[in-house]
Amino acid sequence: MRYMLLIYNCEQPAPGEPGFEEALARVNAFAAECRRRNVFVAGDPLQEESTATTVRVRDGRTLITDGPFAETHDHLGGYYILDCATLDEVLELAEICPFAADGAIEVRPLAGGVPGLDHSAAEVFAAE
Amino acid sequence: MTAAQRVERVYREHRARMLAALVRALGDFELAEDALQDACAMALRRWPDTVPDDPVAWLLTVARNRAIDRLRRARLAREKEPAVETTMSDFETDSLLAEVGDERLSLIFTCCHPALAMEARVALTLQAVVGLTAGQIARAFVVAEATLAQRLVRAKRKIRGARISLDLPADHLLPARLAGVLAVVYLIFTQGYTGDDDRAGLRQEAIRLGKLVATLMPDEPEALGLVALMLLHDSRSATRHSGSGDVVLLENQDRTRWDRTEIDEGVRLLARALRHGTPGPYQLQATIAVLHAQATGTADTDWPAIAGLYAELLAAAPSPVVALNHAVAVAMADGPAVGLALVDGIEGIERYHLLHAARADLLRRLDRREEAAAAYRRAHELATTPADRRFLAGRLLALDAT
Repeated sequence: MRYMLLIYNCEQPAPGEPGFEEALARVNAFAAECRRRNVFVAGDPLQEESTATTVRVRDGRTLITDGPFAETHDHLGGYYILDCATLDEVLELAEICPFAADGAIEVRPLAGGVPGLDHSAAEVFAAE
Repeated sequence: MTAAQRVERVYREHRARMLAALVRALGDFELAEDALQDACAMALRRWPDTVPDDPVAWLLTVARNRAIDRLRRARLAREKEPAVETTMSDFETDSLLAEVGDERLSLIFTCCHPALAMEARVALTLQAVVGLTAGQIARAFVVAEATLAQRLVRAKRKIRGARISLDLPADHLLPARLAGVLAVVYLIFTQGYTGDDDRAGLRQEAIRLGKLVATLMPDEPEALGLVALMLLHDSRSATRHSGSGDVVLLENQDRTRWDRTEIDEGVRLLARALRHGTPGPYQLQATIAVLHAQATGTADTDWPAIAGLYAELLAAAPSPVVALNHAVAVAMADGPAVGLALVDGIEGIERYHLLHAARADLLRRLDRREEAAAAYRRAHELATTPADRRFLAGRLLALDAT
């Protein structure tokens, strides 16, 4: 089963800032562990929330607003998609993910097998 | 015996085991429950004519077939496709019957999975393993039945949707998960201790459940330790409240009315646990309870030993409540001044009424009456049950009278 790991509230040093090399090494080690277990599907950091744009269409009118959907203190900073056999397996990986020690990781199973859903859109992940 | 009685009896005696086997084989709680109900309904119709040699195997076979029917109908409705013979191979149908061994332990671990909310773990364990109805659980935990039913449905769907494991946890996860299971069992027990007699049944269910875990995991002394602890606490249940429902402190309880059968069993199980040589928090607490049970009153209680055990417990599982118990035991062993210094150093439970009640008692013994009265009043303000409030008001009055 595929699970999405949503990384929240995690401040990571930018390139050039102190601690960046160490943080990068930790994240790379985590990705390497996921590949070693053959569960890694995808994963990316997101740009900061100031770059977000939210789109809504209501009564045929498009409303575009600056900023993220949820005006909360919680910032979605990135994601992984891991293909694991059980929740225990993915929770164990979430536990060793370096972002868990800093922010929080929400683990959500992807909804597979929705009748009639054309999954070819998922190719986007592979294409990049 | 009528067919209905026979079905009822097989269901009552083997329900958890049959449900566990079906959950494991079908991978779906709700489906397993529905299928088992279907099978019982069919047994009521069939058993008057022919009684099966192995009723459990009969019920499981029927349940499995009904589950496959249900899945087939659901799939047909979804896809409107006729050919679904392949669904049969989706299940390890042979192993289902070959291994009607004991899947109850896996079921318990699934019900107590940390990815479920604590109240859901408790409710699910009580329903699936113990066999209480949603209505019974709702009454015991004072929540609306609809809320509780919703909680159960959500938990079962999460188990299926997020693929919470239906197997035993991996070895390296087992210690933490077992601690989680024991915490659920103990929470059920303590819920049976709060309030009225309606909930007293929960204590017996918790003890039974604890014994089941201890039997299925004979190498885990903490499971035995928890059973011993529950038995020892339960032995005092008749004396914890007066006839009018007032709290009776340990020092004032009529120890001749403590249940000696439960104490003896607790002592025996604890001795067996301690032979493993790895005393954890439940074994330590049970040992403390044994020391109380062996004394005829507070005067001949081995307080230095109890204080030492609380110190060990504090080191193993630090918490302000344990620190409070430690301070009270030290006060009994070494005098109220030493105890008070420890109580005043405890942080994090400023709104816990027993902290203030303990302070008040120590201040009283030190003859600092005004401070004692203030602490009793604070405790009275913070107490949540009427019985606790009456007790504290009584202490305050007694203080004024002397």
